[in-house]
Amino acid sequence: MVEGETQPRVFKLAIAALGGQGGGVLTQWLLNAAEASGFIAQATSVPGVAQRTGATLYYLEFFPRAGAEAAGADPVLALMPQPGDVDLVVASELMEAGRAMQRGLVTRDRTTLVASTHRVFTIGEKSALGDGLADSETVLQVARATARRLVALDMEALAREHRSVISSVVLGALAGSGALPFSGEACEQAIRASGRALERNLAAFEAGRARAAATAADPSSQSAPAPAEIASGEAFDPVPAPQNPRAKALMARISSEFPSTCANVLGIGVHRLVDYQNHAYAGLYLDRLLPILEQDSAARQHTLLGETARGLALWMSYEDTARVADLKTRAARFARVRAEVSGGGGSGGELMRIVDYLSPRVEEICGSLPTWLGAPLMKWSLTRRILQAFTGGRKISTDRFRGYLLMRAMARTRVWRLSSLRHREEDARIREWLDLLAELAPRDYGLAVEMAACQQLVKGYGETFERGLSRYRAIAETLPALKRGADPASAVRELRAAALADEEGGEFAAALARLCENHPGDAPQNAT
Amino acid sequence: MAERSFAREVELLRLTAGEEFRGEGILAVTKALLQSGVAYVAGYQGAPVSHLMDVLADAGEILDELGVRFESSASEATAAATLAASINYPLRGAVTWKSTVGTNVASDALGNLASSGVKGGALIILGEDYGEGASIMQERTHAFAMKSQIWLLDPRPRLDSIVTAVQQGFELSEASNTPVMLMLRIRACHLYGSFIASDNRRPPFTAADALAAPQRDPSRIILPPYTYEQEREKTEQRWPAAVRFIKERKLNEFIDGPESELGIVLQGGLYNGVLRALELLGLADGFGASRLPLYVLNATYPLVEEEFVRFAAGKRALLIVEEGQPEHIEQAANQFLRRDDLQTKVLGKGPFPMAGEYTGPVLKEGIRAFLEEFGPRLLNPVTEQPLLPAAQLASAVPERPSGLCTGCPERPLFSSLKLLQKEVGPMHVSADIGCHSFASLEPFNLGASILGYGLGSAAASALHTRGSKRPLSIMGDGGFWHNGLTSGISNAVFNEHDGVTIIVDNGYAAATGGQWIPSSEADAPRRTARLSIADAVRGVGVRWVRSLNTYDMKDTLKILREAMSTREKGPKVIVAQGECQLNRERRTRPLLNRLRKTGKRVARKHYGVDADTCTGDHSCIRLSGCPSLTVKPNPDPLRRAPVAAVDYDCVGCGVCGEVAHAAVLCPSFYHAELVDNPGAIERFMQGLRRVLIGFLQRRSQRKRAMAW
Repeated sequence: MVEGETQPRVFKLAIAALGGQGGGVLTQWLLNAAEASGFIAQATSVPGVAQRTGATLYYLEFFPRAGAEAAGADPVLALMPQPGDVDLVVASELMEAGRAMQRGLVTRDRTTLVASTHRVFTIGEKSALGDGLADSETVLQVARATARRLVALDMEALAREHRSVISSVVLGALAGSGALPFSGEACEQAIRASGRALERNLAAFEAGRARAAATAADPSSQSAPAPAEIASGEAFDPVPAPQNPRAKALMARISSEFPSTCANVLGIGVHRLVDYQNHAYAGLYLDRLLPILEQDSAARQHTLLGETARGLALWMSYEDTARVADLKTRAARFARVRAEVSGGGGSGGELMRIVDYLSPRVEEICGSLPTWLGAPLMKWSLTRRILQAFTGGRKISTDRFRGYLLMRAMARTRVWRLSSLRHREEDARIREWLDLLAELAPRDYGLAVEMAACQQLVKGYGETFERGLSRYRAIAETLPALKRGADPASAVRELRAAALADEEGGEFAAALARLCENHPGDAPQNAT
Repeated sequence: MAERSFAREVELLRLTAGEEFRGEGILAVTKALLQSGVAYVAGYQGAPVSHLMDVLADAGEILDELGVRFESSASEATAAATLAASINYPLRGAVTWKSTVGTNVASDALGNLASSGVKGGALIILGEDYGEGASIMQERTHAFAMKSQIWLLDPRPRLDSIVTAVQQGFELSEASNTPVMLMLRIRACHLYGSFIASDNRRPPFTAADALAAPQRDPSRIILPPYTYEQEREKTEQRWPAAVRFIKERKLNEFIDGPESELGIVLQGGLYNGVLRALELLGLADGFGASRLPLYVLNATYPLVEEEFVRFAAGKRALLIVEEGQPEHIEQAANQFLRRDDLQTKVLGKGPFPMAGEYTGPVLKEGIRAFLEEFGPRLLNPVTEQPLLPAAQLASAVPERPSGLCTGCPERPLFSSLKLLQKEVGPMHVSADIGCHSFASLEPFNLGASILGYGLGSAAASALHTRGSKRPLSIMGDGGFWHNGLTSGISNAVFNEHDGVTIIVDNGYAAATGGQWIPSSEADAPRRTARLSIADAVRGVGVRWVRSLNTYDMKDTLKILREAMSTREKGPKVIVAQGECQLNRERRTRPLLNRLRKTGKRVARKHYGVDADTCTGDHSCIRLSGCPSLTVKPNPDPLRRAPVAAVDYDCVGCGVCGEVAHAAVLCPSFYHAELVDNPGAIERFMQGLRRVLIGFLQRRSQRKRAMAW
């Protein structure tokens, strides 16, 4: 009990967790710690099927045994939390902290909120065709404004660092927050008594305790770095300084011919395309942007140029077989795989094999061949059928001699990339897109920017690529109709959002129909 | 129970008189059964009563010592029928299941049992799955009690109250020759608390005694003319006997309060919530002293008219706190007061909502609304803080529905079905109860209806026309053995139904905690398992039966296509096999750890996504939905959509790679093989590869560097 308080009170603690995070174990530790510290302890939960990865809530109440003895009666402890009547809320994931706040469990007058800042994304967020992630910053802001005290730290990272489970870190963070009515030693003792994976659990507990104590002492450190990590990077770090004279010349072109506001993105584009093909190809990239630059101005912060430069670099470095094979055989990639797979919990183990899952289609095979060969092969049904035998799922051990050499051979096809069938197709699309932008810019700048951004629809492989491309085309074909409307730029923005709304294309078709309502003859056919 | 050990919980069952029991509510019930001299226990698992079954399944030794028969019943109907032993013999018996779904299944046997009446105490322990976290349709058990004349106890959620209710339940049953239901809400089942134990009691009369001297009383049989007599007996003898018992033994509690003009009638199970609400309104202390008089119904059926009238006399108004609908207690209260011509107002639904759980806020607001009308002076002015965040967070916090676990063998099955739909167009999918129910949620969105456990196939019965696309039914192995074999499969054979049924064979009743079922593969102590689902299906006359391994999606798709198109008449049954990953982990992890420690070679796989080739479309996630397949920020500054990534919980099941292949998705997936204690040759080869490939890699790296 807090000293100086006369009437003993019930201490109320809610744990917001995900199924599978060990909330039951954590609850048992807290109960044992409370009972060992002279409290009557009660806990309830609603597990069942909600446990399977869903959001779950555990609720605990503690009352000093001495208080009950003095009163000569048992306290009546509740089985679920009352909004506005909780002393301590701990959330083992950021959005679960948000959910607890939504339920009114966190209030300014009394609630300490101990929250992990890491995210376990929900299926809805992950399924989006583009960026569907929830806004973590909003939740953190509300937490800062709503809780009496916020202790925020990345518990998942600490658990991983100590190869332990998050429940150990959560208990440590609770102990370190100083908000429990009993000591951190009692918590530590509860872990010890449970006896399993003791060393790691205790180390994780200690790490959680230390971090929470530091965070609690210094409120400024509470703006955890997590949100920045989550946000997709728009940070255009400049590329390394070139040494090669031809690369230097390209970078010099950027600074002499283009505005400095776009220098970084252009630098990344040039760097990417030198890596992708060669210096001449990167030079072509800059050449292609000159007509766009002509239509742009500093008054408009060169928005169109920036957006086009970004999209063009991606489009010109389309992911063909050679590119994929090249990226997969690099030393840096091997190192990354090693770090990713051995970074988690469990035993270390030696990395013995990397197996890549490729599933080439006839389109990919023909696409990577020179046009004179690829185009007819692709056209004739007999050759298509023969090639079919080489398609389908392939597993390639890229870190073994055969697999590596096979992948390198595929990567080498880039020597004839610029005369390949795929390149001819992409090149035509790129030119069409650029012509369109140059044509739109003087008449409707905003519309041109929106069309430039539509490049992001064209991505991926196989069906994904074809779906994206067909939706991009549908938008481009609708332009004449849209231009007759009041605000074609927002119409395109709306269509782009709809194109990314669902895979089946229901929303996109609906948006197309809605926006073309006044000009029924103009709606593109078969847009899916 | 299968792979999880309940050894610690079993030890709690051995506590002797005076020792303190500390644990879960449902375990307290289990201990209380042994303390009551129960002779037999049966039941069907399901949250929130699974642990009662799990612990007894592991407690063979104790049960043997006490001479108690325990069965994991085939269904709730079987469990209910087990209580027949108490009709003719003075045997105390208890059964348990999840209500109301289990009670629905059991109701045939229950109705007949209640009509026959019992000699030995018959206790039905029900986990009332109502409100937050419930996984079933929302109904009340109360109506079953009323229709069959079975008594219903709803004790206060304290371990000692619950333990007492078990003891009293047997006594009430014997005193009134009627089975008794003991209803426990989810939170009460999972409530951690303590009580002082008594010694376990051997049943004074056992099954052996019964079999040695069989008894038969024609008047207990469900045939005319006895059934008419039994109904008369129910109303004229058993009911009054129950009311007398409840009154004399003071099952219901009267708690006095100074505000004698008003009163609250509440179900015992809601006592703690009501007291907390009163405390927050400034009308009770933390120890149960209330300013408003309380009438706590620990027995909610039958109600004791005399007690109601006594409590209501001289009061202006009563508030009935009764969860769920219809409001049976409120209706009865009105009838009682009318009959006795009392003018006390009765409120219940009104201040409280008709539907939904009585959560903390609902209780507080309901009582406040009642007092605003009848005792406004008792209310403090509202000083509570506005609860700000809800509105701000409404759009910020995404829903988090349940889903299949990492590595679940059912995931590739549903991914395959999604791919099949791409080929054949949308299908009618009749879903069932079990983990596979989650396939009806994101990202699979498969399943048009769920009609009950094991009824997936039966629920597609009407959808059958020659020449149209075949309906597809899902059934779990649990549901199959529960009733699906007859209700679904043999029904389809008999009626020449042409549909396709997939039986998900994961080896356990997985959704309820991984209990053994007849087709479980492992050596189940005290059970005969390893029965073949395919043989059973053939045995009832199905000619087209295929078994498949769900992780092999190519084969799965082939078989699914064939099932949808074959000329073979009659039901098509696919047994989709893949061991429940949760239980597999429990089974294999200790084994692998031991191997690892003893220096044996242990290999495991970990999947991953190459961030620099992933373009952030997330088709893979929409097709697989694996919790471990997640997203992370795109490392490419030119791209905006987050890329797919595999987290550290990956168990290496390989479904994401299979999906990428089967759906011809993208070349970004890879798997890495990690080996503990590799052999010398393996190590040498790996070293050689590293040196040679490393040399080539460095060479091309140099070339690239020179270009910049």
